[in-house]
Amino acid sequence: MKTTLAIRLAPWIATIALFVVWEAACRIFNIPSFFLPPPTLVFKAVVDYWPALYKHSLFTLSSTLVGFAMAVGFGLALGLAVGWSRAIYAGVYPLMIGFNAIPKVAVVPILVLWFGIGFVPAVLTAFLISFFPIVVNVATGLATIEPELEDVLKALGASKLDIMRKVGIPRALPYFFGSLKVAITLAFVGAVISESVASNVGIGNLMLQAQAQFQVPLIFAGLLALAVEGIVMYAMMAWLEARMTGWAQRSGFAQA
Amino acid sequence: MTAFVALDDVSHVYGGAGGTLAVDGLSIHVNRGEFAAVVGPSGCGKSTLMKLATGLQFPFKGKVQVAGSVVSQPVKIAGMAFQAPTLLPWRTTLENLLLPLEIVEPHRSRLRRHKAEYVARAEALLASVGLGGQGEKYPWQLSGGMQQRTSLCRALIHEPDLLMLDEPFGALDAFTREELWCVIRDLQAARKITIVLVTHDLREATFLADRIFVMSARPGRVLAERVVDIPRPRDLEVTFSPEFGAIVHELREHIVVARR
Repeated sequence: MKTTLAIRLAPWIATIALFVVWEAACRIFNIPSFFLPPPTLVFKAVVDYWPALYKHSLFTLSSTLVGFAMAVGFGLALGLAVGWSRAIYAGVYPLMIGFNAIPKVAVVPILVLWFGIGFVPAVLTAFLISFFPIVVNVATGLATIEPELEDVLKALGASKLDIMRKVGIPRALPYFFGSLKVAITLAFVGAVISESVASNVGIGNLMLQAQAQFQVPLIFAGLLALAVEGIVMYAMMAWLEARMTGWAQRSGFAQA
Repeated sequence: MTAFVALDDVSHVYGGAGGTLAVDGLSIHVNRGEFAAVVGPSGCGKSTLMKLATGLQFPFKGKVQVAGSVVSQPVKIAGMAFQAPTLLPWRTTLENLLLPLEIVEPHRSRLRRHKAEYVARAEALLASVGLGGQGEKYPWQLSGGMQQRTSLCRALIHEPDLLMLDEPFGALDAFTREELWCVIRDLQAARKITIVLVTHDLREATFLADRIFVMSARPGRVLAERVVDIPRPRDLEVTFSPEFGAIVHELREHIVVARR
């Protein structure tokens, strides 16, 4: 009982400790607040600018989620295709790696050229940055089908589609849900990048404006909002993963 | 009358022409209802034999016949079990058993409407290998021996005429292995099914089989064929008898030659 309580409290204690150390450092070393504002000032900025923060956060959240949803659909389809056929794998993989290596901030100007500024480039950047891990993980999951089991089913006359449906896809699900945790945080990063470069709304844009007006506590308030949203979305994906693929997570390793 | 499983002068190459020969001039005949064992040094092409007899691979040369017809596609009347139980961890034991029925006809199209009948069959099969009432557990909640029993049941659920076993007891401890010998012995006695058992264990082959084939090192072919005339039903006690020992000894000498 004692250890479970400790584990439950640990994240809160660590977070509070971080803020306490930050606050103390600002006071002890007398750091000017336009350089590094203490958390108390940041929280004050959160309260003062709440309506603006709320509005811009919601915008960032919606472009992230739309981009993420697209990445899930596209990533799942491409991952299944790549896992299905070695030819598709051989053809598509180098392209994907090359594509993934391109910094997405370099793509934003092109998107702006095509779609203008605002919501669409943010969604597309979120999508482009986050589909890759989904594809890789789904394809990896499909590659882990045991050859013996494949033989058992093939000897019974199973088609490739049968094996995919009965074994491949269920086997790939833990990899898929695991990748969603990575993908959603990446999608968030993508949306914020695009907003900082080419938007009138969104947290990224809010922070850029705050910087221009030298409202340093507001910049940090924006960062705080991003962190909280990121944690919430990650937690949602982790919950989904645990719910959907509980059979794959029976090891006590991480709990020890 | 041709044998139930007949391989005649079969050669098989992996990796196309010019690849290494896995088996060369292999001839094996197993009669209907017979329990055959194939022993040999490792890498002698025993797994190739499994694939050829079930229609997963086709011979480069020679002829493979099962149940009177030349194998040109997966045979579907065969069940297979391997050293690893390869059960699906997201399915319960019972659901794992039903998996072949979701693939093979006529069960595939009947399964949904006659679910209760099939579930009853699966439960009866589980009970016959000493796993009665364990159907709701997940494979990872079972011991290694129990998983292997489940794997055997999965190979038998569609009532195949031929059972191909590739070292199914290889990963088990000695006591569990002997327990499972008796399970498979009783299953064969009750169902009169044709079994081909590939194994490294000469005692296992002698205890279970009616006929033993000794294969050479790669490329594999049959070096010796030995009929085991120990009367059935055989009890584990028989493994300590002098005649049993003599057969094992004889096989052992063939293997020594084969490894040379």
